[in-house]
Amino acid sequence: MQKVVETVSTVAIRFAGDSGDGMQVTGSQFTDTTALAGNDLATFPDFPAEIRAPAGSLAGVSGFQIKFSSEAVFTPGDAPDVLVAMNPAALKVNLKDLKPGGMLIANSEAFTKKNIDYAGYATNPLEDGSLTGFKVFKADITGMTLKAVEELKLNNRHAVRCKNFFALGIVYWLYGREASHTVEWIKSKFKDPQLCEANLRALKAGYHFGETAELFDRSYEVKQAKIAPGRYRNISGNEALSLGFLAAAELSGLELFLGSYPITPASDILHELASHKQLGVRTFQAEDEIAAVCSAIGAAYSGALALTTTSGPGLALKSEGIGLALMLELPLVIVDVQRAGPSTGMPTKTEQADLLQAMYGRNGEAPVAVIAAKSPGDCFYTAIEACRIAVTHMMPVILLSDGFIANSAEPWRIPEMASLPKIPVKFWTEKEGFQPYARDENLARPWALPGSPGLEHRIGGIEKEHLTGNISYDAANHELMSKLRYERLQKIADALPPTEIEGDQAGDLLVIGWGDTYGPIQAGVEAVRKSGSKIGHVQLRWLNPFPNDLEAIMKRYKRVLVPEINLGQLVKLLRAKYLVDAKSFPKIQGQPFKESEIVFAIKQILEAN
Amino acid sequence: MRALNIYPQFQHTDPSTQTRKDFVTDQDVRWCPGCGDYSILAQVQRVMPTLGIPRENYVFVSGIGCSSRFPYYMETFGIHSIHGRAPAVATGVKAMRPDLSVWVVTGDGDALSIGGNHFMHVLRRNVDLKLLMFNNQIYGLTKGQYSPTSPVGKKAKSTPMGSIDYPIDPISVALGANGTFIARSFDVHASHLQNILKRAAEHKGTAFVEIYQNCNIFNDGAFSLLTEKETKSDHVIEIEHGKPLRFGKNLEKGIALDASLTPKVVDVASYGEDKLFVYDETSEIAALIVSRLHAPEFPVPIGVFRAVSRPSYDALLVDQIDRAKKGKRETVQELLDDGQWTVK
Repeated sequence: MQKVVETVSTVAIRFAGDSGDGMQVTGSQFTDTTALAGNDLATFPDFPAEIRAPAGSLAGVSGFQIKFSSEAVFTPGDAPDVLVAMNPAALKVNLKDLKPGGMLIANSEAFTKKNIDYAGYATNPLEDGSLTGFKVFKADITGMTLKAVEELKLNNRHAVRCKNFFALGIVYWLYGREASHTVEWIKSKFKDPQLCEANLRALKAGYHFGETAELFDRSYEVKQAKIAPGRYRNISGNEALSLGFLAAAELSGLELFLGSYPITPASDILHELASHKQLGVRTFQAEDEIAAVCSAIGAAYSGALALTTTSGPGLALKSEGIGLALMLELPLVIVDVQRAGPSTGMPTKTEQADLLQAMYGRNGEAPVAVIAAKSPGDCFYTAIEACRIAVTHMMPVILLSDGFIANSAEPWRIPEMASLPKIPVKFWTEKEGFQPYARDENLARPWALPGSPGLEHRIGGIEKEHLTGNISYDAANHELMSKLRYERLQKIADALPPTEIEGDQAGDLLVIGWGDTYGPIQAGVEAVRKSGSKIGHVQLRWLNPFPNDLEAIMKRYKRVLVPEINLGQLVKLLRAKYLVDAKSFPKIQGQPFKESEIVFAIKQILEAN
Repeated sequence: MRALNIYPQFQHTDPSTQTRKDFVTDQDVRWCPGCGDYSILAQVQRVMPTLGIPRENYVFVSGIGCSSRFPYYMETFGIHSIHGRAPAVATGVKAMRPDLSVWVVTGDGDALSIGGNHFMHVLRRNVDLKLLMFNNQIYGLTKGQYSPTSPVGKKAKSTPMGSIDYPIDPISVALGANGTFIARSFDVHASHLQNILKRAAEHKGTAFVEIYQNCNIFNDGAFSLLTEKETKSDHVIEIEHGKPLRFGKNLEKGIALDASLTPKVVDVASYGEDKLFVYDETSEIAALIVSRLHAPEFPVPIGVFRAVSRPSYDALLVDQIDRAKKGKRETVQELLDDGQWTVK
């Protein structure tokens, strides 16, 4: 049979299976290969909290979605065009998202009576006619995988585990992808020659199955996107943060210290930095979140570029320590990779609901700088910016990322270290004129390291006298110091570049977002602008302080809309500070926004004259 | 590797020129008149110039409580941190700067109640810092509540009918946490305390010193049995490495172990000196047994319970970094370039 090759511009695929089925590996392999093929792309890994939930259970379903295109891609896609379901539970959880008429590739062998019952289906959905609205391709992926590796005489468990590469092989054929990157990856990953060979055979067999079986009458081509020339790589948010901190250490000349306690979804930053001791990185896995922040404070006092990384519950535990760093006026970067809360919440699901905690979650008048990354690649630059402000302004900076940015990946243009601006750091060394709480033009106090003769001094959490830093309970001094701690933040705002507005520079509507909503807002704004409305988009990087030009920008639009993955936190801050009638568009489902949701919200506010 | 070296280099103070006065700050000492902390401060200030360390290389880190005001009175670098967390802050200091002499000053509430977790972990990691815990068996700064070392029945503001909490034994906890140097002394026992401080300073690793300290406002006389002239010789025993355990006005009493290793008080003359328990500060079992000697049944031991050698956390950390630097020479740019492709 001569098969047709059909050209399409954009495709979204979701791989779904048991948490032990290797769906994240399958997804990231497809991602790397697709990036190498020159498409623009965005990904969304969505996995359960359970490390290994019972096989076949709904709770154990792990998914990985990728959208790739010959056009610019801002989101991993609302509804996938293709769903690869490795078992009935994966089908049950994900079918509701599949586009009407979309393609379903189901591992038919896994649709046993037991698995069907376990997923809560009364009858086999592949047989009962309930999938008529979709293009259903039933393939015995498990059985064909076993056959492909039969000669290698692996035990059944190892043999079955190769099935994700069979599925990947089918999809590689379907979208005309070269398998060579994955072949190399399998060769480097599997040290056992038998397992290596088995996975290679499964991948190849899947590819050939797509090509020769009567199942598919066509394959698809997604042409290269127009991407600026340069060197690229795939990067996730947590990788980009780690590399950003390493870069900031090099740009400043400071030694890097990370005090951290394991917590989802931030632990990968600890893992990554712990593996780069050759760059002098000191990582300390502390006994708890409090020790993590406190060790970083001690390291900052001793001249480190000091970090602590955590998620929402950990930020709560670090509150008192962050207050201490504020009083000591030491540089410290606190990373909160946000997850769904409150309390333990949903650790593997994303949310942006720690903004108010970052802003206000300390005793007393305790303002700290708050900065947010808007995409995986942006995490790199946000990390450098947070470090720059921390060391040049001598203050704690909270950097907000979230579970979506942390784990999803995008192709990213690699920066040249030599072209990035250095971070200027000066330690105080002169005995003459030394006062621990004297201030420079940024209102930053001197950084005087232990070991400096004649600069012996004591600092602490007790209110201190202006200039000398001695303990002071003086009424007027407390008011002066409290106000100074606010004015120090304003100095950041005074040095910010003009705020970037994407889309229309004035008009009907300004959409203001922060953090991971960047992609969906950008996609939604562009979609509605095509129909003629004048819409601008500002994605705030600095949340404390706000940029000085934000008020004037808001006044250039008739309305302001603030979509957030929370119940309306940024919108509260904007309304309180600027008395602006900004409208909230909240979503709190542990999932990022879809483009269609943003489009809906924009249309709604534009029509609500 | 690093293009920049921005860390300043200094000509250090000659330690042989330093005197006690060099370690006294211009701040008024604000402890209550008669507080045991005054004596401890004096002994620390006497010992500091004898250790051969330039003043600028000392860092004193404290938590919260009466004892934690200590850094303000030491003309060294210092951080008055938050309640219970001084060991964690000090760990960060030492991890970055193993060349510094880092001292933690804490109290029974600070170290064993709110900071119990950090106390335990700093000891097991064996971070090279000195941890002085002033134990007055009471909360002083919050004006008189019972503490984790107060005896059962202690009547305090929060326990009008007496405490029903069984106290913790700091030395036993430190042993359980695999501390490498564990000692006890008294605020008023100047020469003993100075000797213990010197030995702590010389130890490579976490040196934990419990210092019994009288709070004359909220818990006056908590240790009078152990400090008063008439009673102390019968209720305190000085343990010394390689020497039999003897006490009493004329060292007429001793500690011996029965067949099941249970300690008992014996009369030296009738029991025989050669059958006494000979102390060995490197023996874990000896330390465990002696740490369980409590008044009034037994004399309270002071001295060095345990002194053993184990690599410190900071030394191991530096060693790993040194080895990593020899192994791989990746730059940040090389890490960024990992997995790259080129779009033309």
